Amino acid sequence: MKVDVKLFGTLAQSVSGPILAHYPQGIRAGSLLEVELPEDSTLADLVAHLSLPTEELKLTFVNGRPQELDYRLAPGDEVGIFSPVGGG
Amino acid sequence: MWILRINMTDRSYQLEDVPKAYKLLGGRGLTSTIIHDEVPPLCHPLGPNNKLVFAPGIVTGTAAPTSARISVGAKSPLTNTIKESNAGSGWPPALAAMRIKALVVEGQREQKGKFWMLSLSWDQTEGKPKVEFLPADEYVGQDLYEVYPKLFERFGKVNIGSIGFAGESLYSNSGVAFADLAGRPSRYAGRGGLGAVMGSKGLKFIVLDRKSAPGVEIADKALFDEGRKKLTDALRTADITKPKGALNTYGTAVLINIMNEAGGLPANNFSSGRFEGAPNIAGEAIFEGNKERLGKELYNHACSPGCIIQCSNTWHKPDGTEHVSCVEYESDWALGANCGIDDLDKIAELVRLCNAYGLDTIEAGTTIAVAMEAGLAEFGDGKKAIELMHEMGKGTPLGRILGNGTDAAAHVLGVVRSPVVKGQSMPAYEPRAVKGIGITYATSTMGADHTAGYTINPEILGVSGKTDPLSPEGKAEVSRAFQAATAFITDTTGHCLFIAFAMDIESCFEGIVDEVNGVLGTHYTVDDIAKLGAEILRKERAFNEAAGLTKVHDRLPEFMKYEKLPPHNNVYDVPDEALDAVYGEL
Ligand code: SF4
Repeated sequence: MKVDVKLFGTLAQSVSGPILAHYPQGIRAGSLLEVELPEDSTLADLVAHLSLPTEELKLTFVNGRPQELDYRLAPGDEVGIFSPVGGG
Repeated sequence: MWILRINMTDRSYQLEDVPKAYKLLGGRGLTSTIIHDEVPPLCHPLGPNNKLVFAPGIVTGTAAPTSARISVGAKSPLTNTIKESNAGSGWPPALAAMRIKALVVEGQREQKGKFWMLSLSWDQTEGKPKVEFLPADEYVGQDLYEVYPKLFERFGKVNIGSIGFAGESLYSNSGVAFADLAGRPSRYAGRGGLGAVMGSKGLKFIVLDRKSAPGVEIADKALFDEGRKKLTDALRTADITKPKGALNTYGTAVLINIMNEAGGLPANNFSSGRFEGAPNIAGEAIFEGNKERLGKELYNHACSPGCIIQCSNTWHKPDGTEHVSCVEYESDWALGANCGIDDLDKIAELVRLCNAYGLDTIEAGTTIAVAMEAGLAEFGDGKKAIELMHEMGKGTPLGRILGNGTDAAAHVLGVVRSPVVKGQSMPAYEPRAVKGIGITYATSTMGADHTAGYTINPEILGVSGKTDPLSPEGKAEVSRAFQAATAFITDTTGHCLFIAFAMDIESCFEGIVDEVNGVLGTHYTVDDIAKLGAEILRKERAFNEAAGLTKVHDRLPEFMKYEKLPPHNNVYDVPDEALDAVYGEL
């Protein structure tokens, strides 16, 4: 299945693995990544697929709603993954 | 320690010993107490009976990290409530170093249109502050970026507090501006029109020269040092506050993307919770844009001495020269997303103009968005937004309308979607998508104010707990707890609100309590803090009640109850009883 993924904060630069080959310009915060995953994958599977450093990862959203890493993804889901952020 | 009273009617002053009842106060706790005790609640905010009070925090001026804040208080011409707005710069520690616990500006100039400056320096022979009044007319009506260098040239290494054209013109949107560490007129006690209160008195600048001043007294140095070390460790460890962490790298505008993702970034005058151009204006884009234009990475700087978080950014022009500091999240949103503008160069120019004219960026942006909705410009038209800003800075009839804030503009222009509470416009979090912050907006003694009870931490950022932003359940308690804690732990101690991002590290809170006990010689415990904060809130609330405010003023604008906000298509559904319970059960 395909999901749409956006990475923010420090995470955009942290992606590694084969997906990089599809984005020769590099990945920026908020760039839309189309990621192919096996059916029934969870957010944790997605994180592993992108080889994201888990220690830099703080908040995950699916379709604009906060979700935990065991959340099971569905085709077409929009995922946003953030390193710790704050401001005001 | 003294209370310095300045009378602008006859330009006299009095240096009073701090009364016993005020000895343990500072910052907002002190400004609000003095206003509660001395300002008639029914006075006109721009009349002779209002008072403008400046108070450094309890630990401001010491070596406590990230604590160089000043609280500015008065009855607000924007909200008609009590008001405290705070800012960081070199000015607050300079005032504290002269042992002035509060500077109270009273009375009113006798000659209309006349402006003065107040100069405070340390008189070593007398062992007390020296107070002088000097005419300031030659600086009136000018861009603050032009005026500040003249003052530095004239007075040398001083700290400047000031108003711009907006304050001189008595706009309800007008801030009190302080010089940052590079001398820019960029650090604002922006909210609530306090610049107009200063202007109404005929006071244009307060210039501080701290040379030879003795500094802040500390009752128990060992305890204080222990506290500041604890806090320093926490701030250096937490991911958001540590060096090269989120705030130091991306600045406060790092929130643009996450609020957008959560569907809570108000766009096009609060008509959507998502803005397509968000990634183009976010903190990450600022960092990358600077890197491209400068050819190297640029980390952020401190707005004030002793800040170890250092979140203040600088945006650069395509040729690598400085455009403006600082593009804060709130400014970036108000003048960007909320006006449909996704061009950082346009946003930077709008921020620069606010600094130049003495306007609060939040109120200015929400006003321009209302003007856009009324058809004065298209959403997204940055060029037109800049023109509208110049109208305010030139004092044209349209500019004077816009300069009186979002609600005034909405009334004049016939716009129903006026995103205000108690006359003050909402900042950068959509209450329909983040229910708890809406409770803070509705019930805060200050009008719509995010800093008064920043429930965004648990609702969005996963700091100090985690709750569902769309759910109204239990949020009255969360907002109440945050409002009470904030009133003391940051606003009264003098710490910047952003220390709250290290609160999940236990030593953060403990460190602050130790610092306060160290400075004051008190024995407060961590559990006392909420009580101390609640006492401050009760005084503010009492002032507001006597000024004629009732619980019907603790409501969000009606449109939020019937207009569904995309993408979650929620309305504001926190029941009125929950709103009333915030202060009902304080
Ligand atoms: S954290 Fe940012 S706003 Fe707060 S004192 Fe430091 S530089 Fe100023």
